[in-house]
Amino acid sequence: MEFKDYYAVLGVERDATQEEIKRAYRKLARKYHPDVSRETDAEAQFKALGEAYEVLKDPEKRAAYDRLGGREGERFEPPPDWDAGFEFSGGGYTHGESADFSDFFETLFGRRGGRGGFSGFDAGGGFERGGRAHGQALHGEDHHAKVLIELEDAYQGATRTLSLQSAELDPQGYLRPRERTLKVRIPKGVKAGQRIRLAGQGGAGVNGAAAGDLYLEVEFRPHPRYRVDGRDVAVTLPVAPWEAALGTTLALTTPGGEVTLKVPAGAVGGRRLRLKGRGIPGTPPGDLYVELMLVTPPADNEAVAAAYRQLAEASAFDPRAELGGNGS
Amino acid sequence: MTRHIPAGESVLEGDNLDERPLLTLGDLCRSCTVHAEWVIELVDEGILTPAGRYHEQWRFYGSSLTRVRTVRRLQRDLGVNLAGAALALELMEELEALRRRVDGGSA
Repeated sequence: MEFKDYYAVLGVERDATQEEIKRAYRKLARKYHPDVSRETDAEAQFKALGEAYEVLKDPEKRAAYDRLGGREGERFEPPPDWDAGFEFSGGGYTHGESADFSDFFETLFGRRGGRGGFSGFDAGGGFERGGRAHGQALHGEDHHAKVLIELEDAYQGATRTLSLQSAELDPQGYLRPRERTLKVRIPKGVKAGQRIRLAGQGGAGVNGAAAGDLYLEVEFRPHPRYRVDGRDVAVTLPVAPWEAALGTTLALTTPGGEVTLKVPAGAVGGRRLRLKGRGIPGTPPGDLYVELMLVTPPADNEAVAAAYRQLAEASAFDPRAELGGNGS
Repeated sequence: MTRHIPAGESVLEGDNLDERPLLTLGDLCRSCTVHAEWVIELVDEGILTPAGRYHEQWRFYGSSLTRVRTVRRLQRDLGVNLAGAALALELMEELEALRRRVDGGSA
């Protein structure tokens, strides 16, 4: 087990006041809160912060921690008389649902009480997290999981096999992992972020009470070609200058099948063509937007170079007209 | 993408919670393990807007599940009050919409 320097985590001196500790925590918590942070390791940082603050905000725990001494990353064993002169009001970890604190914390201050959720991943990309029961509720717990689907699944509907892991209390009161497999129909027309409720597929009820529900949140696997916004789908279509200038008709593969796309003469790069109703199905269905991107052929042989020179001569085109003219 | 499903294997069909508001106040409370009183505060603050006039008739969209949990985390972890959480939530959703527009939701 490694020693954790909670003062370093919060970036405060060892003699910081409780107010300074609180200010440092609040500031860093806003920076690393997983709901608002874009930092790559936000979740780990936030957990570390929560753990450090849990100890340093509490004068009893802080005093006990200060007695230990030690440096970040050093091997650490708690002294044999640990805990002797201290009594921690409120026991171990009291709030929070996401964090399992480090072994270091748990050795010193105890494990958090209660039965927590459990999450695991599987090949289907689902994970299930049990909520925490409160009071004497006998109704089974609701479970939540995410399911990753392809954009094409939203067009056609799909059946997904989810293997979900959860933890359940056995009759002796121990947490045991449980894995089960469900086949679920993903309805046609589903949008990213929508939730599907499967009644009675959550945790079992106690004493004959109803089981909880399973909530699935649908996410789309990022697609290399398509961008999705609600039911609208956008795709970038590369076109040659002559195709844009003269117009052309193309067979375009879309998630809903092949369509014939007419690129009008005189199209310019960046222009968006709308194919009404070719987005994700629904009432109303979304649209498919095709954004034209002009790509130019390299002048890598004499014939093409000659054609470019000829075009330059034939056209009075000034690409910098809006900037004030030719040389700007 | 399709395959035949052997007879006897059941496929579950669920309710899409974001097409029509289906969640009752009780559903929302149980699912997020929060008290009804607190959910009512969120409605009063304009963080949640259920269909229906009276508590017993209230029906929420599935997106309320995420909102309730996010507000609870913001309140607990950052100490923001409900008005602050409402503001943060709106800004977060706007940011998410903009990001989706930029990178097609791959975030």
